[in-house]
Amino acid sequence: MYRSRIDRLLQTALPLLALLAAVIVLMILWFLWFESWPFIASGDLFNSNTWHPSENQYNLWPMVLGTLVTAFGAVVLAAPLGLGAALFCRFYAPQPLARIYRWILELMAGIPSVVYGFWGLVVLVPMIARWQGPGTSILAGILVLTLMILPTASLLAEAALEKTPEHWITGAYALGLNRWVMVRHLAIPHAYGGLLNALLLQAARALGETMAVLMVCGNIAVLPSSLFDPVRTLSANIALEMAYALDTHRAALYFSGLLLLLTVLLLVLGAGRLRQEYKHA
Amino acid sequence: MHSGLALRCDCRWLDRVVQALLWLLAALVCGVFCWLLFDIVIEGGAGLSWSFLSQLPEDAGRAGGIVSILVATLAVLVVCLSVALPIGLGTAIWLAEYSDHLTVARWVRSSLQLLAGVPSIVIGLFGYAFFCRALGFGYSLLAGGLTLACMVLPLLVGALEAGLRAVPESLRQGAAALGLSQAGTLLHLLLPAAAPALIAGLILSVGRALAETAALLFTSGYVTRMPESLADSGRVLSVHIFDLTMNVAGGDHYAYTTALVLLGLLCAINALAKLAVGVLFNGNARRNEQVFSQ
Amino acid sequence: MICNDKLFANRFVLFVRLLTMVLLGVFLASCSSERNKANHLQITGSSTMAPLLTEMAKAFEQRHPHARIDVQTGGSSRGVVDTRTGLADIGMASRALKPQERDLKAHTIARDGIAIIVHRNNPITGLSRAQVQAIYRGEQRHWQHVGGKDTAINVVSKAEGRSTLELFLDYFELRSSDIKAQTIIGDNEQGIKTVAGNPNAIGYVSIGTAQYSVEQGVAIKLLATSGVIPSSEAVRNGTFPLSRPLNLVTVKEPQGLAAQFIAFTRLATNEPLIEQQYFVPLAH
Repeated sequence: MYRSRIDRLLQTALPLLALLAAVIVLMILWFLWFESWPFIASGDLFNSNTWHPSENQYNLWPMVLGTLVTAFGAVVLAAPLGLGAALFCRFYAPQPLARIYRWILELMAGIPSVVYGFWGLVVLVPMIARWQGPGTSILAGILVLTLMILPTASLLAEAALEKTPEHWITGAYALGLNRWVMVRHLAIPHAYGGLLNALLLQAARALGETMAVLMVCGNIAVLPSSLFDPVRTLSANIALEMAYALDTHRAALYFSGLLLLLTVLLLVLGAGRLRQEYKHA
Repeated sequence: MHSGLALRCDCRWLDRVVQALLWLLAALVCGVFCWLLFDIVIEGGAGLSWSFLSQLPEDAGRAGGIVSILVATLAVLVVCLSVALPIGLGTAIWLAEYSDHLTVARWVRSSLQLLAGVPSIVIGLFGYAFFCRALGFGYSLLAGGLTLACMVLPLLVGALEAGLRAVPESLRQGAAALGLSQAGTLLHLLLPAAAPALIAGLILSVGRALAETAALLFTSGYVTRMPESLADSGRVLSVHIFDLTMNVAGGDHYAYTTALVLLGLLCAINALAKLAVGVLFNGNARRNEQVFSQ
Repeated sequence: MICNDKLFANRFVLFVRLLTMVLLGVFLASCSSERNKANHLQITGSSTMAPLLTEMAKAFEQRHPHARIDVQTGGSSRGVVDTRTGLADIGMASRALKPQERDLKAHTIARDGIAIIVHRNNPITGLSRAQVQAIYRGEQRHWQHVGGKDTAINVVSKAEGRSTLELFLDYFELRSSDIKAQTIIGDNEQGIKTVAGNPNAIGYVSIGTAQYSVEQGVAIKLLATSGVIPSSEAVRNGTFPLSRPLNLVTVKEPQGLAAQFIAFTRLATNEPLIEQQYFVPLAH
């Protein structure tokens, strides 16, 4: 290939930029490890029954469960809804309507988490409270999280579906296949990679969401026994207590951040494995 | 890939069912979002006025306006995008065009996905420790923008890399056959063709950046004074909303109005992004498609 | 448009050089803004006090045009730690100093009381000390046993480390692990909104904000505790037991701008500012 000066410049600059991007998360990991070391070294993690830092009790398990349950519930709800919204935008809606719908989704993706949390607190929580229990609950958390990750998930899914090759679609119609068959057997399988990526990014977002769950989940650090029980997530825990924490308590909070990150890492690796399998499909 | 069943069954009714279901779903999702939007507009619309947009906050935000907060938000956004765009663009191009044969590419991609999953509060703490303390920027718009750049990088790279990969190979082969350098191919063919993906990535990034609260509270700070430089501390819109709803008694009313302004800002930036990228690249993109898709 | 690669390369390099110079210029310019140590104060700490200090800082800056006072939040403990390490000139602490902090200087600028609140539709008007203890310990689960309707009590408490919680625990002689709550909140407003949204809830928040919310028609009401009705007047003349000082903390006797500012905050002319944020000015 013709090696011009600009090409050589790109050959050196681009990998450097990519490495810079990759290094950020490594720095964050190192930072978390460094700050949480006093807690890990003290061994308090394993001889605690509850979470009461003022009495040196640092059991993180209820909060780990709380995080997993709310995030998982949100993803389970948002996946079909998001896919449906994306299919609607791309294949089933008339163009002007699809444009408006996409515009609404873009708008929703930009609403701050505090607004979702606040709305959840003053609208959703009283509604749930009338049905059962304290209102601030896993259910409220799942609903608010779904609301938050749905727009971005739909937009990313729609972008993935948009890349279906035009000649596949026209070929399918030419063969007499109807729209749903084309979507189910051509468009969606072609977009598996992008759909999975969208879901993965939003699952990671749901795991890490702080402000909104802080307001609607109740923040009780005990194992829940029903959908209507309050629960505390790891990130809400950090947000609630970091401002007032010192020494071991602070290190314990950083450790919970590290735990969160490791959960996301597992998610990412697992999804990577899945994607490898689908590449051969 | 698809079974012969598809060809054999006359599934027109299935398409109708799916269509009805999807319309219902869309109406449901739309309905909930419109409910939320409606609440914001109804509660916040009354306070919206030119003086609200042009005055400084008074009485802990319950009176006056938000001009200094708007300026701070825009400044933080500009810093964020001017750092994230070059790095994101470079990374995406490298991942899509230069590095398929390298195993380190997979690590870079995984690390970006991991970055996407870091909780906003952890990024805020990291940003405080690194940008504010270690690098010495203190509570400042610069630190806030840099922290935000860390958050939006995965979104930008993801969208752009997908866009670049979707560009048909024929474009690249044609360019190589004509002796075009890689830089030329990128600038004149690939980037224009990936322009819609760039817009999508930009819009998602700006949305995410504007929506961020915890990260900015710890890095760009709480001060409501009009910032005089990037080294000054400044409050952004989302932090202001948070303070008014959770910390200040009687701040709800102006919190809704601020949320309305934020949505308006988002709309404006989205429209601008579409316009800018369209003007810069669309002429090229359409011409290229016509030439190369024969 | 760019016609050939050599031209593009030259222009690209030129662009990079220009960009570097611009960024450097911006950075240098930003370094030389009014960031003089002598006229700059950094105040961090309690988020409860932050709105009040922001307004006071603004009033002070109007009188002293070259002064720059930055108020940041981060919590009472962070305020104390930052002051000690020199990251902040003054710390905001919405509590009395702890024993291990006695080497620092506290300057009280206002007081704040804590009131127990329930939903407006709740028929009870007061609770005895023992009843409050039983409710928060989880021993008393239903409103009917304390004079209310036949529904379960929804206990709202504050997150650990907050000064409001510590004051509450101290007064009712409870430990943090004794409390069996259904909802834990962070800031006062979250508490008010949670109680206003649930007819069976009980919680405790700052008196001033509770009074203001009642005036605005928010669906809560204040409860008398052990026969004492919570009010700002009672806090002001010291007869209300559940109250805490709002302190500005410094490492040693403040000097220069810090001294001027702290003296300013204690002027009687600033009492309206304190009352506007629903705290209680000190009795003079």
